[in-house]
Order: sequence, then C-alpha cells, then structure tokens
Amino acid sequence: MASTPTDLDALVAQKYQHGFVTDVESDTLPPGLDEDVVRVISKIKREPQFMLDWRLQALRHWHTMANPDWAHLRIAPIDYQSISYYSAPRARTDGPKSLDEVDPKLLATYEKLGVPLHERARLAGVAVDAVFDSVSVATTFKDKLSKAGVIFCSFSDAVQNHPELIEQYLGSVVPYTDNYFATLNSAVFSDGSFVYVPKGVRCPMELSTYFRINAANTGQFERTLIIADEGSHVSYLEGCTAPMRDENQLHAAVVELVALKDANIKYSTVQNWYPGDENGVGGIYNFVTKRGECRGASSRISWTQVETGSAITWKYPSCVLTGDNSVGEFYSVALANHYQQADTGTKMIHIGRNTRSTIVSKGISAGRGQNTYRGLVKILPSAEGARNFTQCDSLLMGDKCGAHTFPYMEIRNPSAVVEHEATTSKIADDQLFYCRSRGVSEEDAVNMIVNGFCKVVFKELPMEFAVEAQNLLAVSLEGSVG
Amino acid sequence: MLSIRDLHAQIGVRKILKGVNLEVKPGEVHAIMGPNGSGKSTLASVLAGRAGYDVTKGTAHYLGDDLLALEPEERARRGVFLAFQYPVEIPGVNNAYLLKAALNAVRKRRGLPELDAFEFLALIKGKMKLMQMDESFLSRGVNEGFSGGEKKRNEILQMAVLEPRLALLDETDSGLDIDALRVVATGVNSLRSPERAIVMVTHYQRLLDYIEPDFVHVLSDGRILRTGDKSLALELEKRGYDWVKQEASAA
Repeated sequence: MASTPTDLDALVAQKYQHGFVTDVESDTLPPGLDEDVVRVISKIKREPQFMLDWRLQALRHWHTMANPDWAHLRIAPIDYQSISYYSAPRARTDGPKSLDEVDPKLLATYEKLGVPLHERARLAGVAVDAVFDSVSVATTFKDKLSKAGVIFCSFSDAVQNHPELIEQYLGSVVPYTDNYFATLNSAVFSDGSFVYVPKGVRCPMELSTYFRINAANTGQFERTLIIADEGSHVSYLEGCTAPMRDENQLHAAVVELVALKDANIKYSTVQNWYPGDENGVGGIYNFVTKRGECRGASSRISWTQVETGSAITWKYPSCVLTGDNSVGEFYSVALANHYQQADTGTKMIHIGRNTRSTIVSKGISAGRGQNTYRGLVKILPSAEGARNFTQCDSLLMGDKCGAHTFPYMEIRNPSAVVEHEATTSKIADDQLFYCRSRGVSEEDAVNMIVNGFCKVVFKELPMEFAVEAQNLLAVSLEGSVG
Repeated sequence: MLSIRDLHAQIGVRKILKGVNLEVKPGEVHAIMGPNGSGKSTLASVLAGRAGYDVTKGTAHYLGDDLLALEPEERARRGVFLAFQYPVEIPGVNNAYLLKAALNAVRKRRGLPELDAFEFLALIKGKMKLMQMDESFLSRGVNEGFSGGEKKRNEILQMAVLEPRLALLDETDSGLDIDALRVVATGVNSLRSPERAIVMVTHYQRLLDYIEPDFVHVLSDGRILRTGDKSLALELEKRGYDWVKQEASAA
C-alpha cells in the first residue's frame, strides 16, 4: 500500500483564486487507476466483499466506455491516469490558522452572502480544530435524529453499520453501468452521505451539509444514497452558497434517491464551486449523476437546484416514476457567467399509471457563458394517464452569451398529456433604465430583474436557503453588466 | 431649478435637438408641445439620462449642478423624475418591491431614514387611493399585463411616492380615455407645489385643460420656436403648428 505524499497540484489546472497553498499532507495513492487501486480503496475502508466486487465490476465496465461527447460543452481532455484516487482525510494543517490569514476578498464575499461567522472559518479552510461551535451543534442534531430513528451518517459508516441497506439499495437507481462518470464514481468513490428515514417518520429537521461537517471533506467522487421508507418525509439540502475551497478539478458525484410508497423526498442543491476566472481559466468540472426513483405508489421526489458555480456543469437530476400516482418535480436555476458552461436539465421517466411530473428550468447566461437546458420526458406504454408540464425560460445578458434548449419527448401512451412552454428574453436596456430612472442602482436593478425571473424556483427552496440563493445570484452576477 | 442652454443632441448621426434653451423655476408648470418628430421625447430622455443620445453641444444644469454628467439613478435620487411614455414591463418583480427600493434609494440620498415594509405600505396605500388603484396592484409584476391606462397611472403613483423636485412627463396623456386622463391629472395636480417644477411633453392641448401650465413652448425641428402662456396652446389647437414655423422662419 503506497502512502507517499503526492502533490495534488498536478490535478488542478490553476490554483484556487484565493491563493491557498494546496500542498495537503495526507495519505495519498499515487496517480493512476487500475484494479489494485480499487482494491486498496476498498481495503482502507474495510469494506465487505460485496462492495469490492461491485467496485471492480464498475471499473471493468468503465474500461469499455468512452467519454460522452453529446453535451453542448467544450471540455479539455481529462487524463484519468494522472488523478490520485484516494487521499485520506486528515486534520488539515496546511490551511490558514485563523480568519486573519484568509484573503479579505473571500471574507467580503462571505459577508455579502450573510454566512454566519463560525461558518466562515470552516469554508475558508481554517483548520477544523479551530471551529468547535459547529461540531457541538452537529452533535445536538444527531441526538435528535437518532431519537426519530433517522439514520444520517457518512457513506463509509453506513457500509460498516448498515451493510444490508447498502447492499439492497446501492446502484438500484443508478446502476454501475449507467454512464461514464457514474461508472467511474462507482469504482472509486471515497465517501459521501447516507440517509435512511424509517416508515412513517417525518424527519424532524432539514438534513444539511451544515451539520455534516465531519463528512464534508469527501473529495471529488462523492456518493449519496437517500432512502425514504413508506410514508416518510425528508428534506435534504446539499451544498452551500459560499465558495468552497476545493483543490480537485474533476468532480463526478452520484446521488441516488429511493422513495417507497407514500414517501416524500425533497432534495435542494445550491452549488457554487469555483467557476474559473473571468478569462475562463481553471474552475471545477462538475459531472454529476442524480436520480431518484419513486418506487412506491403515490410517492414524490422533488429536485430543486441553484447552480451558479463550476466551469462546466453536466447534470440532469431525474425522476423514475415507477409507482402509480407518483410525482416527480424539477426546479432549476442555472447561471453561466464569464466562460462558464452549463448543460443541465432533467429526465422524467413515466412508468406507473397517473404519474405526474413538473419541470421548471430558468437559465441565465451572462458574459460569454453558455447555458443549455437538456431534458427528456419519456412516457412508457404502461403510464396510462401520465401528465407532464415543462417550462424552460432563458434570460440573456449582453450579446456574447448563449442559451440553448433541447427538450426531448418520447410519448408511447396516447392518454398522456404533455405540455411544453419555452421563452427566451434579454434583460433589456429599457428595463435597466426604467429602474435606474427611479433611483435604483444598475447592479440592484440587474439583481431585481434576475430574481424576478427566478422567483418561481426560489419559492421551492427552504426559506433560509432561498434568501441565500438570491444573494448568491447577486454576487455571481457582479460586474456582468456595464 | 432647471436651466438648459443651447442643447444639441443626436442619435447616431441624426441630429434631433438643435439648440434648445429653457429655464424652469420651482413651482412652475411648463408644457412643451410640438409636432411628431420635433424632439420632445428626446429632450425628456436626455434630461433623465437614457443611453443612446449624444449631447454634442450645450448644457443642462439642475439646481446648479451639471445634470448631464450624472448617472440616471443619481439624477433620480436628486429629485428628477421621468414619467415614461411607454412604461416598461418587468415580469416577476412586484410593484411594491421596485417602488420600495426606489423610495429608499431616494430617501437615503436625502439623508432620511429608510422606510420598513409597514411604513412603506401605510404610505403607498394613501397614494394609491388618490390614483384609484386597487391594492392587488402591489403584488403584481411591474407593469406586467397592465392596460395602457394602468401603466400611466402607475407612473404618476411612482411620482407621488418619490416626490421629485423636477417631474418630466413624457406624453402622459397618450392612450388615455377621458376618465383615466382625469385620474392622472388629479394625481399630477395634487403634486403641484411651490418647490416642485413640472415639465409636460404633449401633442395635444387636451391634457392642458386638466393640468394648467404657466408656460407653453412650441418645439419644432429641435428648437423652441415660441413661448407663451396657456392661450398659445389654444391657438395651436385651432391653427396647427405650421403658422409657428412660418413665423419663425420669416423672423
């Protein structure tokens, strides 16, 4: 087992804008990917045999696959053999020792976003030891959850403590053969989150990364599995509005949701990873596979996402509506500024009878950003009485950006009712002048217009998140006009 | 309050204003009339700071400051208000939100405390009654799906809330039926005060029956050809604009 400290900088085309040193001292595998690497990862994590077998199957399958090229994205070739696939999380000693050492520009951003003081330190990468507050908060929450019978832990812990649930559900929504990035993730994923909500339980709080602190540093191949048993409710918040320190350029996460009969899962994401600089240099490549299955009758899965970060976003949170009368929803705001590229959307697969889905996508393009909505509504012959409503709106700012819409529909049951509405608009100079002639500054006017455009999606976010999301859009659009 | 000297402005190479002179004092109401394409709306737009116009010559001073050097929002905060001929729709942004942001921006500039939601509501409800507007209006998108008359009433409502010192009304009467015109005129008249000046741009004498001006100017081909009192407007109504032009060219 190799454990030489390796310079992770090789993975990153450009250093993080805030100028951190990324010379992490940790147990790290040398770059490269083969079966031995997978065996080592599984062994370090003391995984049962079924996990290793599954990872190896995934790797073998991955070798037969090719990088997908159908998305409306320009992606520089990725050298998968130059990536190190395991780096043991250790107490960070490389980060700033206190907030005093953190770039004032970053702190100013936190200020604007209204990030609580004790959170700022963690986000800025200040050594975790310095942040006691959050940890104690986390512990309180954990007690409350376990009283309700909710399991919420890191994926690794779940493999140790609840292997039967993992074996039953892992890959049952996103099989290891699914797609290039999901398959890669299946072979090498390091950690992630696991949630199980028992029958009839309404999870007593929003589950969020806020108190998942110890599991936060899960690296570039993250895996999340959420199971809502019959009649249960859970709301999960992923991500954070504040820019996260992250030295990995490639992210390929997988999220699987399973909703059993009458269960309800709400999954909200705010993603604000480093998008690269104004010239399009650097930035995170975010290739995520998110899918939920409404396995039981009358279950519901709702995805809400606000995507403002990453250089490249490739992401299609989807719902497989297997159970009769089940409901899938997708609400999205995606912003592409500077040289960002976003290819995002959803798939709604109607299998059960009287299944319903709603898609509301709001794309904002500014600078030289390219924003693509790509969606599939598929109604299978079994889906008697299925309904879909899709609304795709694009907002353009300036004349160098682009908005693209690719709605696919496959309707194989004549009783289906499918509606699609699409609009493209520009922030007109007239609108800006109108606001300014009332005394509102240009920047505030832009924010007002953009937030008006996104309103229907923000309504779907949990309250505090919605306010943060509005601030986030404002910060992300700074300087995009004039 | 407003002093315009030899103002020349153009869009691209097209010269529109060719030497406008105008003095406006506090408390006065001026009407600027003229045929289509004479430059009336351009004058209002240039004063409010709309982009796309090049001022090639001349000056406009407002309360002693060079008005043309200020950003549009700064002009608004200092008390210049333009009621648009074609108010713009902003979907999803509700009227109350825009108006509160605007009012607080203006108040901040004047050194007044910002109003919170309750104080704002109390203020605006009174003004809405004056403009005969329904309360549901507050939660609707800015001008979204408004009729022509509603849009114009909204402009005057905004003016009533922002209490400008210099109000520029650009064809506020166009597209209004007689009832709506009365409501709008009532709103404007209620804002007449010794500290406030109003400059109305209009085609028709009709508006002046309801809002009586102190001065009437005839703008034609980018210049003010004639200035008089209210009787000039009546004469224009009777004789059209041509005789003003003829007299001017004869002079």
